[in-house]
Amino acid sequence: MFVELKDINKTYGDFQASKDVNFEIEKGSLVALLGPSGSGKTTILRMIAGLETPDSGDIIINGVRVNDVNPAKRGIGFVFQNYALFRYMTVFQNIAFGLEIKKESKKNIKKRVEELLELTGLTGLGDRYPNQLSGGQRQRVAFARALAPNPDLLLLDEPFAAIDAKVRQELRTWLRDMIQKVGITSIFVTHDQDEAVEVADSIIVTNKGRVEQIGSPYDVYKKPQTPFVTEFIGQSRFIEDYHKFLGFDKGDYRGAVIRPEFIEAFKLDNQKIKNYIDASEEGTVKAVHFRGNNLELILDVNGIELATYRSLERRRVEVGEKLRVIIFKVIAFDGDKTVILENKELLGKNINNNMLESYLYDESQKSFVI
Amino acid sequence: MKKKKARQRRVIPGFSLSMGVTITLLSLIILIPLASILVYSLKLKPAEFIKVITDEAVLWSFATSILCALIAAIINCIFGTMLAWVLVRYDFPGKQILDGLIEIPFTLPTAVAGITLSKMYSTTGEIGKPLSKLGIEVSYTHLGLIVALIFVGIPFVVRAIQPVLQKFDVQYEEAAQMLGASPIRTFMKVIFPELRPAMLTGFGLAFARGIGEYGSVIYISGNNAKEHTQVVSYIIMQKLNYLDYGSATAIALVMLIISFLLLLFVNIVQVKQSRRTNNV
Amino acid sequence: MVIREKKKLTPHGIILIVISVLFVLLMLVFPLVSVITNSLKKGFDFYIKSLSTEYVLSALRVTIIATVIAVVVNTFFGLMAGWLITKFNFKGKQILATLIDIPFSVSPVIAGLAYIMMFGRLGWASPIIDSINEMFGTDIQIVFAIPGVVLATIFVTFPFISREIIPVLNTQGKDEEEAAALMGAKGFTIFRRVTFPHIKWATIYGVILCTARALGEFGAVNALSKTRGETFTLPLEIDALYLAGSADSITAAFSVSSILVIIAVIVLILRNRFEHRELKQKEQV
Repeated sequence: MFVELKDINKTYGDFQASKDVNFEIEKGSLVALLGPSGSGKTTILRMIAGLETPDSGDIIINGVRVNDVNPAKRGIGFVFQNYALFRYMTVFQNIAFGLEIKKESKKNIKKRVEELLELTGLTGLGDRYPNQLSGGQRQRVAFARALAPNPDLLLLDEPFAAIDAKVRQELRTWLRDMIQKVGITSIFVTHDQDEAVEVADSIIVTNKGRVEQIGSPYDVYKKPQTPFVTEFIGQSRFIEDYHKFLGFDKGDYRGAVIRPEFIEAFKLDNQKIKNYIDASEEGTVKAVHFRGNNLELILDVNGIELATYRSLERRRVEVGEKLRVIIFKVIAFDGDKTVILENKELLGKNINNNMLESYLYDESQKSFVI
Repeated sequence: MKKKKARQRRVIPGFSLSMGVTITLLSLIILIPLASILVYSLKLKPAEFIKVITDEAVLWSFATSILCALIAAIINCIFGTMLAWVLVRYDFPGKQILDGLIEIPFTLPTAVAGITLSKMYSTTGEIGKPLSKLGIEVSYTHLGLIVALIFVGIPFVVRAIQPVLQKFDVQYEEAAQMLGASPIRTFMKVIFPELRPAMLTGFGLAFARGIGEYGSVIYISGNNAKEHTQVVSYIIMQKLNYLDYGSATAIALVMLIISFLLLLFVNIVQVKQSRRTNNV
Repeated sequence: MVIREKKKLTPHGIILIVISVLFVLLMLVFPLVSVITNSLKKGFDFYIKSLSTEYVLSALRVTIIATVIAVVVNTFFGLMAGWLITKFNFKGKQILATLIDIPFSVSPVIAGLAYIMMFGRLGWASPIIDSINEMFGTDIQIVFAIPGVVLATIFVTFPFISREIIPVLNTQGKDEEEAAALMGAKGFTIFRRVTFPHIKWATIYGVILCTARALGEFGAVNALSKTRGETFTLPLEIDALYLAGSADSITAAFSVSSILVIIAVIVLILRNRFEHRELKQKEQV
C-alpha cells in the first residue's frame, strides 16, 4: 500500500476533526475524500501533507512513517483550494519555484517548466501573472506547479470549488485524464458526489470525523453501507412508513431510503404493465418538474410523497393524473447498517418489459439489477 | 468553510524567530519602561500617592484634560463622520487632495502645530483678532485647548469611519428608501447603527490621544493653574522639571490606567465589529 | 467589489462638501500656511540666518540620528511582528496586537518619564548601565543624552510600520506561504519572494509615516533632553526659540518649523501617491 492511515485522531479544542481514521491507498490510484462541510476530509488531506499534525496514529507513505517528517520532505505535491498561486510571480516562475528550491540547474528548470506548460496546455502563457488567467487556467498552473518537482503523491483540496459550473465539467475530465497520463497517486477532497463519482477510482466517504465507507464509485452508489452514505449519495428520500407500499414488510428497520430510480410509474392504459399490475399500486401526480434531459415526477402514493424520473420521450403526464407505480426496492436502515429490501411481489418474476428492460431479476444475485 | 487551525508543528517557518524578536523589542521598548513607572509608584506610600493625586491642581488638570478631550472628540465625531461621508459618497474636483489634507495632523509635528495654533488664535493672530472683536478669546483658554485637540484628533475619526463606509452596501440604503424611509430616517436607522462601532473606535482613539496630548496644547492652553488650563501631561512635565519623580510617576500611573482602559475599550469595539461583519 | 454609481450631487451634498472643505481649510490648511508666512515675516535673509545657527544645525543632526535609528528598528520590528501576527495562530495573539498599539494611546510625556524611571538616577536599570560603563571603561549615558532621545523616538513611533503591514498581510492570507513551505522553501526565501512583494508599498508607506512622526516627536524627547545645542532635536529647538519670547526668536521658531512643515507636505504628497499605488496593486491581485 502506498499511503496508509492508522488510527488517526485529531481534535481542535472541543471539535473532533478525525476519529479513528483508517484507510489504505494503492499506488497509482485516484481517490476522492468525499463528505459534507466539516466532515473532516480536508483535515485528513492536510495531515497527509503535513500541514496539520495528528494527535495520535500513524501516517505512512511508501512504507515510511512520516508523522515527524517535514512536509517539504514527504514527496508531495499539493493543490490548494484557491490554488495559492504566487500572485507576484509569472506562471513560469510559479512552476519553477519548487525546482529552484531544489537547486536544479537553470537549464533543467526551463526544460521541465516548458514540458509542464505543454502537458497542461498552457504553452505561451508562461509570462502571464495569475490575475491575467481564467479560473481554469489557474487550476492548470496550480496542477503544473505541484507536479514540477516530480512528487510521488498529489493532494488536491477541493480542486473544482473555485471554478464556474460550466467549466467545471470540462476540467473534471481534463484532470482525470491528466492524472492518468502522469500516473501519479492522487487524493482529492470534494463535497460534491458527482465530482467524486465521475473522477475517482475509489471513494472514501467521511462524516463527522469518521470514515463511513471506502469503495469504488459503483459500490458506494449501489451498496451504501451506512445510513449516512445512503442519504448522502444520489437523490434520496427518507421514508419512515415504507411498509405502507405494496411489496414491503415492516421489519425492525427504522425507515428506508427510496431513490427515484427505484420507482417506475405507468399510465393506466399501458399494456406492457398488465402482467405486473398486481405488483403496482395507484399514485397521483402532484407535480412535474422539467430537469433538462428528463422529467421529475412528484407522486403521492398512499399519502407518501415520492419522486421518480420519466423520459421526455414517453407520453406526457398531467398534474392530478393517476398512474400505476412500482417500487422495486428500498434501502432500509438497520441501526448504523443498511439492508437492501426487494419488492417481494416481484420476486421470481422476470420483467421483460421494454420500458423496464434495465430492471432484470438476477437469479444468481436474488435481486433486481439496474 | 472556515476551519479552526491549531497546529503543533507550524509549516510556515520563522515562528520562534519572529516571536522572539517581537516579544524582546516590545518588552525592551514599551513594556519594561512602562513597568518601571509602576514599580516606582508602588514604592510610594498609599497616603503619599493619594495626597499627590488629590492635590487640587492635579485634580483640576485631570478634569481639564478629560473634559476638553471629550468635547473635542465629540466635535470630531460629528465633523469626522461628515468628512468621511463626503469623501466616500461624492465625487468632486479636488477630492483626492482633500482626502490627503485630512492627514496633516499626523504628519505635522505637534510642537509646530502648537506654536502655530497659539499664534493664530491669539488676540493679535489671523483668526484670534476677528474673534476677539466678537469677545471670544481662544488662545490661553479652554477653548484654545479644545481647538488644538480637534486639530490632532480629526484624522483618527475620519480614518476609522472611511473604510467602513466604503464597504457599506448602498443596497441597504436603497432598500430603506424603497420602503419609504426619509433620508434622515435612513441615516439614523440604517447607516448610523452600521457606523457606530467605527465611530466609537475613532472616538476612543481621538479621546485617548487628546487626554495625553502635550506638544500641540501646551502653547495655546496658557498653562495657568488659576484658570485651570493646565493639562495632565504639562503637570507631569512640571513635576519632572522640579525633579519631583514621586508625584510625576503617581500622576503618570493614573494616566496610564486611563489609557489602558481606553485602549481596551477600542479593542473590544473592534473585535465586536469584526465579529458582526464576519457573521453577515 | 461592487462598482457603484456615485451619488449625483444634490443640494444637500453640495452643502456638506462646502462645510467639509471649509473645515479642512480653516482647521488644517490655514495653520500650515500660517507657519510659512510667519517664518518669512522678517525677510528671506533672516530666514536663512535663523536656520543656520549652531543650535539648529546640532538639532538637525540629533533629529536625523534619532529618526534613522527609529525607522530602522521599527521597520525590522514591523516586519517581524507582521509575520508573527498574520502567519501563525497562537494564544494571546489579540493581546499582543493590543500591546503593540500602546504608544498610540499613551501620552508621550509618560514615555519620556518611563525611560527616566528606568535609566535615570533613581531608575532600577541605572546600576546596570554604571557597571557596564565600569567594565568597558565607556561613558554611556541614556537619560538626558542622545540614546534617551533615540529610545523615546522609537517608543512613540513603535507601531507605525506594523500597523501598515498587518492589515495587508491579513487580507493576503497564508496560502501562498504554505504552498512555498510545502515545496521546501526556507523562511527568508518565502519572505523575500512570496510575502514581501505584497507588502512593499505598505512598508514604504509605514516608513514615511514613521519618519514624519519621528522627526516631529516632542513630548517624550522633551522629558529626556535638557541640553540645547547637544541633545536638542528640531522640535525642542523650536520650543526653546518660541519660549525665548522676543519677536526675532519667535520668527526664528517659525523658520525652523517651516522645514518640518515642508517635510510634512512632502510626506502628504508621497502618501497620496503610495495610497494610489497600493489601490492599484490591490485591483491587480
